[in-house]
Parts: sequence; C-alpha cells; structure tokens
Amino acid sequence: MLPESIREELRAIVGEKSCLDKQEALVAYSYDATPMQQALPDVVVMPKSTAEVQQVMRVAARHHIPIVTRGAGSNLCGGTIPVGGGIVLVLSRMNQIVEIDEQNLTITVQPGVRTVDIHQAVEALGLFYPPDPGSMVISTIGGNIALNSGGLRGLKYGTTKDYVLGLEAVLPNGEVIRTGGKLMKDVAGYDLTKLLVGSEGTLAIITEAILKLIPKPQTQRVMLAMFADMAQAARSVSDIIANRIIPGTLEFLDQGTIRVVEDFKQIGLPTDVAAILLIGQDGEPQTVDRDMEQIAAICQKNDAVQIKVATTAEEADEVMTARRSALAALSRMRPTTILEDATVPRAAIAPMVAAIQEITGRYGLQICTFGHAGDGNLHPTCMTDARNTEEIERVEHAFEEIFAAAIDLGGTITGEHGVGIVKAPYLEWKVGAAGMEIMKGIKHAFDPHNLLNPDKMFAKQSRNRVVVQRA
Amino acid sequence: MLKEALVNKLDYDELSNCMRCGFCQPACPTFRETGYEAASPRGRIALMKAVADGVMEPDKDFVDQMNLCLGCRACEPVCPAGVPYGQLIEQTREAIEEVQEHPWWVKAVRKLAFFHLFPHQKRMYQLGGLLRFYQRSGVQKAARKLGVLSILPKQMREMEAIMPEASGKGIVDFFGGTVIPAVGERKYRVGMFHGCIMDVLFNETNRNTVRLLSEAGCEVIVAPDQVCCGALHAHSGEREQARHLARKNVAAFHKADVDIIVSNAGGCGAMLQEYDHLLAEDAERQEKAQWFASRVKDISEVLALIVEPKEWQSLPQRITYQSSCHLRNGMKVTKEPVSLLQAIPGATYVQLREGDRCCGSAGIYNLVQPEMAGSLLDEKMGHVAATQADILVTSNPGCLLQMKAGIHRAGLEGKMEAVHIVDLLARVQQEEKPLSTPK
Ligand SMILES: Cc1cc2nc3c(=O)[nH]c(=O)nc-3n(C[C@H](O)[C@H](O)[C@H](O)COP(=O)(O)OP(=O)(O)OC[C@H]3O[C@@H](n4cnc5c(N)ncnc54)[C@H](O)[C@@H]3O)c2cc1C
Ligand code: SF4
Ligand code: SF4
Repeated sequence: MLPESIREELRAIVGEKSCLDKQEALVAYSYDATPMQQALPDVVVMPKSTAEVQQVMRVAARHHIPIVTRGAGSNLCGGTIPVGGGIVLVLSRMNQIVEIDEQNLTITVQPGVRTVDIHQAVEALGLFYPPDPGSMVISTIGGNIALNSGGLRGLKYGTTKDYVLGLEAVLPNGEVIRTGGKLMKDVAGYDLTKLLVGSEGTLAIITEAILKLIPKPQTQRVMLAMFADMAQAARSVSDIIANRIIPGTLEFLDQGTIRVVEDFKQIGLPTDVAAILLIGQDGEPQTVDRDMEQIAAICQKNDAVQIKVATTAEEADEVMTARRSALAALSRMRPTTILEDATVPRAAIAPMVAAIQEITGRYGLQICTFGHAGDGNLHPTCMTDARNTEEIERVEHAFEEIFAAAIDLGGTITGEHGVGIVKAPYLEWKVGAAGMEIMKGIKHAFDPHNLLNPDKMFAKQSRNRVVVQRA
Repeated sequence: MLKEALVNKLDYDELSNCMRCGFCQPACPTFRETGYEAASPRGRIALMKAVADGVMEPDKDFVDQMNLCLGCRACEPVCPAGVPYGQLIEQTREAIEEVQEHPWWVKAVRKLAFFHLFPHQKRMYQLGGLLRFYQRSGVQKAARKLGVLSILPKQMREMEAIMPEASGKGIVDFFGGTVIPAVGERKYRVGMFHGCIMDVLFNETNRNTVRLLSEAGCEVIVAPDQVCCGALHAHSGEREQARHLARKNVAAFHKADVDIIVSNAGGCGAMLQEYDHLLAEDAERQEKAQWFASRVKDISEVLALIVEPKEWQSLPQRITYQSSCHLRNGMKVTKEPVSLLQAIPGATYVQLREGDRCCGSAGIYNLVQPEMAGSLLDEKMGHVAATQADILVTSNPGCLLQMKAGIHRAGLEGKMEAVHIVDLLARVQQEEKPLSTPK
C-alpha cells in the first residue's frame, strides 16, 4: 500500500481524475492480453504530457515505487502486469499526431497514438507506414516501439525497429533524453534509439517518436496456395526467395488451423491439405503481375494441390479471410487461448512445424500453428482451459519444449511478442550467460534502482509464473 | 449479497472465454469517450470476472460502471472469441436489481412501468389516449407557454418537445381485425409484432408496416394476446418479468401459425430473436421458443426480399441512415436498410460517418446518464450535419426520438427531418392501393 501522502503528490501532478486508486481501476489495470496473468497495482496514473511523466517519474524515484508503463495492454508477454504493485502509468491520453513532415517523409507522434491511426493519417497523403501488427486497431505506437512489433509485412518491409528514427524518452531519474532525429544517417555514439526499441519499458518511458515513412505501393495482389505436404510448402517459401522475389506478405496456416477456420467460416478451404500459404505482393502493377505469375509457377512446381489467385477486390478479401479468421476460429474452440510466438530461420519451418506437432501429440494437447512463413515467425496456439490446472501444467511443459526446439533449429524464443514475464525464464537460453550479464549491465546503467517494469525480461528465479485461479 | 447474486447469475464459462485481447475497445462508445479501461467491454468483463473470482467486492463503483454501459452491444460483432457481452451485462443487471435498494419513488415508478404498464397493452392504449388528449386539447400548448415544464430535467424537456402524437387506438382497431389479407397472390403469412410503445406513439409506422407488407403480397396476422417484448425489462435487470412476457408472445405467435414474425423496432427484434436464450432453462417451452426466435425478422429484411422498388415514386432528396444498435449488433441486419434506401428513385444516399455508433438513446439511458448520452449525441449530430442530408432515417423508435431531439439540439430543425425507414418507404410507395376494411 502506498501512503496517502504519495497519492497526494501524484494527484497534484496529473489531477484528481487522472490518478485512480479505487478498486475498480486497480482491477481494470491488473491484466493485459496475456492469458492467466494478473496482479493489482497500487495506483493508476494517466499523464497528458512529457512534463507530467517526468514529475511522476521523479516521485517514483524519490520513494522507490515501481512503474509499469502501459499503452493499450494488448501485449502477450505479461509486459504490463504490475507484478510488484506500484504505479501503472497509462499513456493512452498522450495520443496526438504532432506532425507529418512531407518534405522529410517523417511522422512525429505521441506514444498513445494507435497504430491504425498512423496508417490512416499517412495513407490519406499517399504515404505508407508498413509495420502492421495484428493488433493494430488497438495497440499504441509506444507499445509497438517498446516491443519492436512486427506484422504481416515483416519480410519485405521489416518491423517497427526499421522505422523509428528518433525518440524522446524520460529516464528513471526524471531526465529527458532525445535520440536520433529526422535523420537517415547518424552514427554519433551508441545507437540509443535502437536500444530503446524493444526495451519493453525497462529502460525509459518513451514520450515521443519520429517515424520514417515511405511512398505507398500502387497495387496489391494476393493468392492462396495449398499443399499436401508441409515440406513442399516450406520449399516453396525458400524457392520464392531464392528466385529473388520478396513478397509483401507470406503467411501460412497448418492443417489444424485450416480445419478450424473452415469449420468456423465455411469458405471452401480443403481440409485435407497440410498447409496453406497466403502470398501477396505490392508495388508497381507490372512488377506485381510478373511476381505473382512466377510465384504461382514455383508453387506449381512444388506440387501445390490448388492455387487461387484473386483477380478482384472481393476475391482478395475472400482469400485474406482465411488468415484473418485464424485467431477468431481458434479462440472459439476452448475457453483459454494461448497464442505463442517462436521464430526459426525460414528454411527450418518444416522441421519446426513437425516438432510442434510431435510435442503436441506427446502431451495430448490441442496446438495449431500459423504465422509469418516469410520471416520464420510462427504462432503455435494452444486451445485449453485455465481452470484445468493439470492440463495447464502440460501446456507449460509443451511450450518449454517448443521454445527449446526453436533454439535448437537456430531460432529464438520470441520473434515479436517480447520477453516480459512469460518468456523471462528462457531468455538465457537464447542470449547465453554473457549476454545476460551485458543486458543486466545496460538495465543498471539506465535504471540503477530497478524502478521501470521490474521483474520483466530478467526472471527472479528460473521459473517464475503467476497463475491466477478462481478463489 | 450482490456478490452471491452475481456469482449465481453470471455465466462463468463465457467470462472465461474473454481472452482480453481488447479488440472490442475501439467499438465501444463509453471507452472512446473516456479512454478508461474499466469503461470498456474488456474492462467490464474483467470486473465481472474479478467479482466471480473473489478478487473484488462489487461496490458502488462497480454498479456505476455497469450502469454506464449503453448496452449497445457494438462490442459483440468485433469480438474474435464470440463473447456474448449482451447476455453478460443483462445477467449483471439482473443481479444488481435483485439486491438493489431503490428509493420508494423509484420503486414505485419501476413497478408501475415494468409490471403494471408495459405488459398490459390495453393500459398502454389508455395512456396513449390521455397523452393524445394532453397534446390535442391545448393543455400541452398551455403548459409550454406557462413554462411549467421547466421543473423537468433538461433531458425530459427535450423529450417532451419532440414527443410524437400519441394514439389511443392500436392497429387492430385501425384495421378492424387481426388478419389483413395480401394484395394479390399470397407469398407469406407474416405475424406482425406491434410493440407496446410502438403501437401507441408510432401507430402510423405500424400502420405503414402492415400496408407495405400487405401490398407486397403478405397476409399479415396481428397475433392477438401479444404483449411487450420485455427488452426494457431485461436491460433493466427484470429478466424474470421478461421471461414471463416472452412465454406469452411465444404462445400467441405459435397459435397464429405464421411463416415470419416481423418487427419494425430493432430493440424489440433483437429481444424477440433471443427468446430461445432467455427461455433456455424452460425445457417445456424450448422447442416453441426456438420456433419463434428463428422466425423473427426485421421489416427491412422482409421488404428487401419482396418489394419492387421499380414501382416507387421518385424522391429527389439527400438521405442518410443511422443504424440502430440492436438491429445491427443484435439482429445483425446492416445491408438491407441501406439497399432499400439506395433503391429509392431520385434519392441520393449519403453514408453517415460512424453511422454504426450508438446515438446515446439506449432505452432510458439518455434519461439516467444524461452526461454521457449528451456528449455521444452531440458528436453524432456533428457527423449528421456534415452529410447535409434532408432526411435522417432510423429503424427503431428510441433512436428516432433521440435523432429528433438531436436535430432540435443542433438547431437543424427545418433543414432536416428524422424519419422511420418504414414511413419513408410508405411515402415513396405509389398511391395507396385499396386495403381491406380500414376503419
Ligand atoms: C490478437 C493479438 C494479435 C497480435 N498481433 C501481433 C502481431 O502481429 N505482431 C506483434 O508484434 N504483436 C502482436 N500482438 C502483441 C501486441 O499487440 C503488440 O506487442 C503491441 O505492440 C502492444 O502494444 P500496446 O500499446 O498494447 O502495448 P502494451 O501492451 O500496453 O505494452 C507493451 C510493452 O511495452 C511497454 N510500453 C508501452 N508503452 C510504452 C512507452 N511509451 N514507453 C516505454 N514502454 C512502453 C509496456 O511496459 C509493455 O512492456 C498481438 C496481440 C494480440 C492480442
Ligand atoms: S474482443 Fe472479446 S475476447 Fe477480446 S477482450 Fe473484448 S470481449 Fe474479450
Ligand atoms: S454494450 Fe456498448 S457501451 Fe456497453 S461495453 Fe459494449 S460497446 Fe461498450
């Protein structure tokens, strides 16, 4: 419990209405999109400016109160769960687009702007901000930057990190730093911009960002290719890229996902195929047409059972429906849906999917896999029931093996969702003991008193899980 | 106490089905207005679950938050997990109602309205007659002139100002019977759900509904013994009384043996369509409830199926459409009203920006939550004004009144009128063909 005097200080900074400590507010900010994780903060603070963030940070620093920064709370790694109580700092009210600079092709935004609002604002001017996480209708750019979020266009256009040019951020001592700027080149010292991207709110609070824009591609086309064998689908992915075509979208669904989607939507997907690839290209109309033809030929050569190229907007929408409905379809199967995230080099997709299927069978679970085939980022998704503690035990073991398999294949424990609390026990597997030491050193340099998002990224002990059960 | 009531009433499986993805948030008017997690569907579900889990005591803030929800159900269609939020909020309100101590006069008004007025159609007509007397006899004029209405809260005054002319007679009286034959060859036998307030305050809309159906080849049965749909009851936590009304309606229409049950009020239609859920624990009536629920259609769906827009008169005006929440999110009817409006010869259809967002009317929400309802309405009217439409169409009486109030508030009177879709279609329907025995 925070003493009343500290609450007074916080109220004086942000105002009565933006400093909440009633039960309702504490419960409402005790969770994010991560299944089974929940912890109550002591107080919720909603600042409206960098200056307010600074003052709140100073109060926290003076009294050693943990601060968890929150955007929309759509992350899947437990990143915004206030495991040690303290302040939840909600940035959704700092949601202004500060400037769109058409001369320099940049946009300057406050952290609470929703990703989709950035898309709409720049596309209206014929410009393009490519990162498009599946959650973009709710996620904030601050959250995207803090987690270095990716999306369907990662293969061709990269992820959030490739578009952040400069940041304004509040350090744990209340100082404001500015990194980068409207610059395409900048090698002055360590690259603090890149260091803050993906830092999961553990180093500083991002209060403004300058993002790079590119011209909007002229056309976009999509196709579905269905395969009787996962290996052939994977080979098609490698062949497409070996042929020097970089598709704008290259997604896949495994058989389990296809069945569930077809069951749910009845869009006429063949349920006996092992994998479906959703392939899209954007750019100049002629190039797009040529690429689409070549891609179709490559899939044909790899024994695609069926290829469906969309010729009209309605057909394109129909084709996209398969991928878009995946989560909705899976989440209706059982009460709890655990959407995980592991990445392997794209040549290892087939063995990785095989490994996931083997592990799933061995533990007697329901796990379907879909994801970004182009960049090797897979989302094994488990349908379970949090109330069944025995099954949840098995789920945890299965995922542990899945992450281990990813590492064995040269991959990583998370490609876009972040470490947070959920993956903290496995981070060392990926970065090694020396890597952990350096990372802890960086954390200490920024945040010597461990105030920002404590217990995230670095697990207290090797296995640290908070499963809330019905009382 | 409230805690036990909630634990008993809430469907824990559905609470667990919410995966907290937050996809429902952009659709929620109260979240957009406040930016506050607890005022979002995800937040409200989390609060309900926290109570069920014993993490939270259901205090006054909890109750206030549940009351701030419009019940517009915009959060349902966008939910990947298919969480039936509407049912959860009704269960919550039922529990709250069970333990809530109202002041004596609220109790009296609720009892009067929910138990002694709405369920008794005859009394509704009597009240309609009284209201008509008030409006016609000059008392209304006098009251307005003398300023006695100023004792009413602002929202009530606004409502009084736009109150349509009431009727003391229902459609059965007007048509002189409960069976109105089809003009020409009979295509369907349609049961007309006339609603409780609808038949008193919007009797003309009901008459137009019958006329349009009959002229398009439907035999219309105004099933006798039908009663209020119970939506107001269910949304206010009186689910038991809603069940009681549902049983009566199911029996009345089953007896009438109709192919389709048509509603011209989105709020009622959505309720009628959920009778199978409402009566889920009533094993005896399950089959009939399903029979009933599966036949309920909105008037626009039926008309889109059977009318011939080619025969319509030209209407050279700009038309826009505010979709009613329960029609859209409950009955899932979105295309038909728009395609009917687009088919009107000579008319220009302009899409209303955020025409799929709640107008703030939401039953009696605008009376009990005037602040939130007011700011939603003002935002809505900004978009409405931007369409520069001559006619603003809706498909639910509550929304229609709210739009009229909005036009009044935004100073658009004389520039724009709000009309129920049925009344507009009746306007463009070529001159009336003779209907059977209108009195
Ligand atoms: C259905 C669904 C689909 C998803 N699809 C994708 C996807 O395709 N790709 C992907 O990468 N992710 C995806 N996600 C995960 C998530 O939506 C993203 O990681 C998103 O970027 C989180 O944004 P947010 O605003 O919700 O951040 P939050 O969840 O609020 O916060 C995320 C982390 O960032 C920190 N943080 C937030 N704002 C700031 C700030 N201003 N300064 C410092 N730290 C901050 C928080 O402390 C936390 O650690 C998905 C999630 C869901 C539920
Ligand atoms: S969209 Fe559905 S599952 Fe997601 S938070 Fe809202 S109610 Fe829950
Ligand atoms: S019913 Fe409407 S107001 Fe209530 S939570 Fe859903 S979207 Fe929000």
